[in-house]
Amino acid sequence: MSNVREEYDILVVGAGHAGCEAALACARLGLNTIMFTVSVDSIALMPCNPNIGGSSKGHLVKELDALGGEMGKNIDKTFIQSKMLNKSKGPAVHSLRAQADKQNYSREMRKTLENTDNLTIRQAEISKLMVEDGVIIGAKTFSGAEYYTKGVILCTGTYLKARCIYGDVSNPTGPNGLQAANHLTDSLKNLGIEMFRFKTGTPARVDKRSIDFSKMEEQFGDEEIVPFSFSTNPDDIQKEQVSCWLTYTNEKTHEIIRKNINRSPLFSGMIEGTGPRYCPSIEDKVMKFADKNRHQVFIEPEGNYTNEMYLGGMSSSLPEDVQYAMYRTVPGLENVKIVRNAYAIEYDCINPRQLKPTLEFKNIKGLFSGGQFNGSSGYEEAAVQGFIAGVNCAMYVLGREQIILDRSQAYIGVLIDDLVTKENHEPYRMMTSRAEYRLLLRQDNADLRLTEIGYKIGLVSEDTYNKVELKKKMIEDEINRLSTISVGANKKMSDFLEKHNSTPLKTGSNLAELIKRPELNYEILAEFDEERKELPKDVINQININLKYDGYIKRQMRQVEQFKKLEKKKLSENIDYCQINGLRNEAKQKLNIYKPVSIGQASRISGVSPADISVLLIYLEQMNKEGGKHEC
Amino acid sequence: MYRTDTIAAISTALGNSGIGIVRISGEDSIEIADKIFRSLKSDKKLIEVSTHTIHYGNIVDENDIVDEVLVTVMKEPNTYTRENIVEINCHGGALVMKKVLNLALKNGARVADPGEFTKRAFLNGRIDLSQAEAVINVINAKNNMALDVSLKQLKGSISNVVVEIRKDILHEMAYIESALDDPEHYQMDNYGEELMPKVLSIKSKLKKLLDNADNGRIITEGIKTVILGKPNVGKSSLMNFLLGEDRAIVTDIAGTTRDILEENIKIDDISLNVIDTAGIRDTNDTVEKIGVEKAKELAGSADLIIMILDSSVPLDDDDKEIIKLIEDKKAVVLLNKSDLNTITDDKTVRMFTDKDIINVSIKNEIGIDKLTELIKNMFYSGDITFNDEVYLTNERHKYAIYESIKSLDCVVDSIESGMPEDFLTIDLMNTYETLGSIIGEQMGEDLVNEIFSKFCMGK
Repeated sequence: MSNVREEYDILVVGAGHAGCEAALACARLGLNTIMFTVSVDSIALMPCNPNIGGSSKGHLVKELDALGGEMGKNIDKTFIQSKMLNKSKGPAVHSLRAQADKQNYSREMRKTLENTDNLTIRQAEISKLMVEDGVIIGAKTFSGAEYYTKGVILCTGTYLKARCIYGDVSNPTGPNGLQAANHLTDSLKNLGIEMFRFKTGTPARVDKRSIDFSKMEEQFGDEEIVPFSFSTNPDDIQKEQVSCWLTYTNEKTHEIIRKNINRSPLFSGMIEGTGPRYCPSIEDKVMKFADKNRHQVFIEPEGNYTNEMYLGGMSSSLPEDVQYAMYRTVPGLENVKIVRNAYAIEYDCINPRQLKPTLEFKNIKGLFSGGQFNGSSGYEEAAVQGFIAGVNCAMYVLGREQIILDRSQAYIGVLIDDLVTKENHEPYRMMTSRAEYRLLLRQDNADLRLTEIGYKIGLVSEDTYNKVELKKKMIEDEINRLSTISVGANKKMSDFLEKHNSTPLKTGSNLAELIKRPELNYEILAEFDEERKELPKDVINQININLKYDGYIKRQMRQVEQFKKLEKKKLSENIDYCQINGLRNEAKQKLNIYKPVSIGQASRISGVSPADISVLLIYLEQMNKEGGKHEC
Repeated sequence: MYRTDTIAAISTALGNSGIGIVRISGEDSIEIADKIFRSLKSDKKLIEVSTHTIHYGNIVDENDIVDEVLVTVMKEPNTYTRENIVEINCHGGALVMKKVLNLALKNGARVADPGEFTKRAFLNGRIDLSQAEAVINVINAKNNMALDVSLKQLKGSISNVVVEIRKDILHEMAYIESALDDPEHYQMDNYGEELMPKVLSIKSKLKKLLDNADNGRIITEGIKTVILGKPNVGKSSLMNFLLGEDRAIVTDIAGTTRDILEENIKIDDISLNVIDTAGIRDTNDTVEKIGVEKAKELAGSADLIIMILDSSVPLDDDDKEIIKLIEDKKAVVLLNKSDLNTITDDKTVRMFTDKDIINVSIKNEIGIDKLTELIKNMFYSGDITFNDEVYLTNERHKYAIYESIKSLDCVVDSIESGMPEDFLTIDLMNTYETLGSIIGEQMGEDLVNEIFSKFCMGK
């Protein structure tokens, strides 16, 4: 019997948001890449909400774009509504969200993949990994074909042993009725990989024609659209947008849910997986927050060429008849027709503490992973991990240094560090409160923070890199110039300040100082600045932010300095922590399990105390002094 | 945490003698010393003097002289920690030393973590490699001591206040963060106005803690002195006498003191933390039994035990039991009620113990001066000491509260200058974390958990 046998540099399992970024990164770096999917028609599928971005997720997309990823460009091509959230708040929490035309999103991404050199797309189920002496050498398909590669990236999303459940109905499929991947889990377990079982859910899709929008509040997009990608010209994407709609559940809805709660598979024990707390089903919300007499329901279009609407806020795994009954209590949905039922989905994923911060498995060289397979949730979280896993797998194959973004560099760094360092028992979602240095990690400066790294990786063009460097210089020069322009406490200034409700100057000051006042800004002060050159809008924006929040920004930068000191103290993976006297037993165990890469990472493992960190510092110093004898 | 800021601590055990050293180490140590030191011999600032030199002068608080001192200036790298070190040799006793330390803290130093001087010495390459293990042991021992001190001696009321305040802060942060994460769900405009009175109220609670801390202590510090004896031998009377007020209930009924009473008493410069225990005797009364158990436990950890016997009654098995408890401890035996007919005299007691025995009549205030004299002698000869970690832990807690108040001031500033809500959580977070250090709690996943448990998030 002879089988198909082929060789590639890198093999990617999965073609969702993680798989796409991983495959594109590898192929664009010149590596011969093959990407497997159980269905070529479902590349870059959005099986849940029809939008990209949102609070802190928008940051992820912008960072990914600055590094050379695709998601931002793709949503700029395919959005149908765009909104900057938290605009009345500080710049650090402004966050972009766009409604996508789902089909168009998939189609455009597929087009990009199909037209990328070095990239092969293959429809087949990967059922087994091939590992020799702790090094990955390839993978086998269910049909027996063998693919020999130098690196493998697992981005299986919610497909591993997936089950879709509502009421007492349980379908052994992936999302949207797509074929599940039922064989890979066993191969992973045989390799000693620890698996978790997680669950998530999605609401029903309904027919637009059966909705009475007159009973709902219309939600418009922004008048001025801001693109996700730094490479998209804002002028090119100003267009007519579709609306979303807001309505609410009520006591009747809750009554129906309470009455039928015993028919929920969560209560019958049919669902074993752990669900996310931030994305509760409507029955969870009603049971857990019994004092709330209504919950929001956002009606969002699935695209421009379909009548399907997404019922945001009402995901459920209740039986079909209960779904009908509860949806029809909501104002505007009295006669609603369901196109697709709401369901919960259960799937296998890994315990991500088995990964290094590079997203490579600690005990299998050349095996990387990203996305929901790593225990996260969300398209954006998946995409950034896919990208980092892809880049690092490519670096591994090319024998170049792998990249780790730390918590002070990017939300991506926070996300990955949290995944591989903290104990996580539910699908992980990015949140702005998880980023301790968020004043520095703004969506508006993602290009300034990360373009250079993307350029060094080789995924950002020299032209783009030069432009960003120029932008940095313009910002710096202009801020320096502003602080040298003195302004006096003269009549003209007094009148001006009075006009803007600003306290009068007692002594001389400079323009930079005046811009710091909340009621003033760079633009308003133009009349006191004769030598001002014309600067791009985004440069002016940076000048305003940098000056206005100067005190806060500097404070966070000082904290980052302290943080970096511990991050720079590297720990070898060969250390046996049981042999270090002075560590508490709990710390010994945890450190041996996690094998942190730095003292900084060790300090974030729960169960490792500040005293243990002192012991590690002393141990490290001891090793360094002995020098050579131990690798540290 | 590994930090390189400037630290300070009292580096000789408090109170062994009137002389002690306040040590400051770190980049800014000399600048800090300059702010509080006035030379009596030259006009030179300490920053200008040569390394490894000693200077005579005063430590001043603004214009008030706190103590006459000798200051040693040692510049890096040839110092114990390989950092700039200033050692202030104080002469004015324990209280003055605390004042000097406080001044250093007010002027930019931070209280050293347990074992931090040693740790720095090692990390900066000063201590020999072979001593690494010893260094770890020192740090661990000091840490455990500090932790122990913190857990055991943090007064319940203070820990309750801190826990409550943290709870409130966490809730506010969670609300703001929920609204930022799900802005279409939780509206939050001008929330600063609503938050302001809450912040001010938390601030005043913390201020009160700090004021009380300045008068007394956050944690009980002093030589842990336990009064032991059978019921009704005069333990509470002694306590009252030392305190000069009627705090313990004194009656003729045996077994009146069921709770443990704890008071700080000063004899000269010596701070005694005196604990009056329920009398020890075989008892079947449950409430009292707990008290008795506790007394035995306290005796085990005491620095000094004052045992009282009733000289007007014969020595019984209960007394002998207690004498056994004090065998390996620093202890004094008081033979009380010398005003009554003596049935048990010091010769009888001497057969059972080698401790000092003093005849007293607490009721008539006779003989107690001998007790205080004896305690002073024991203290100054170094016979009894207490751990300076106690005092330092106290300072660390005070410092933490002080820092928390500063963070809350930043919140107030941010609200007043109209900063958006997301800026408010930055300093609330600092407050939460800093206060956590007092009760040994870290931030961890607290905020995320609070968000999910209190606010209905997500779509």
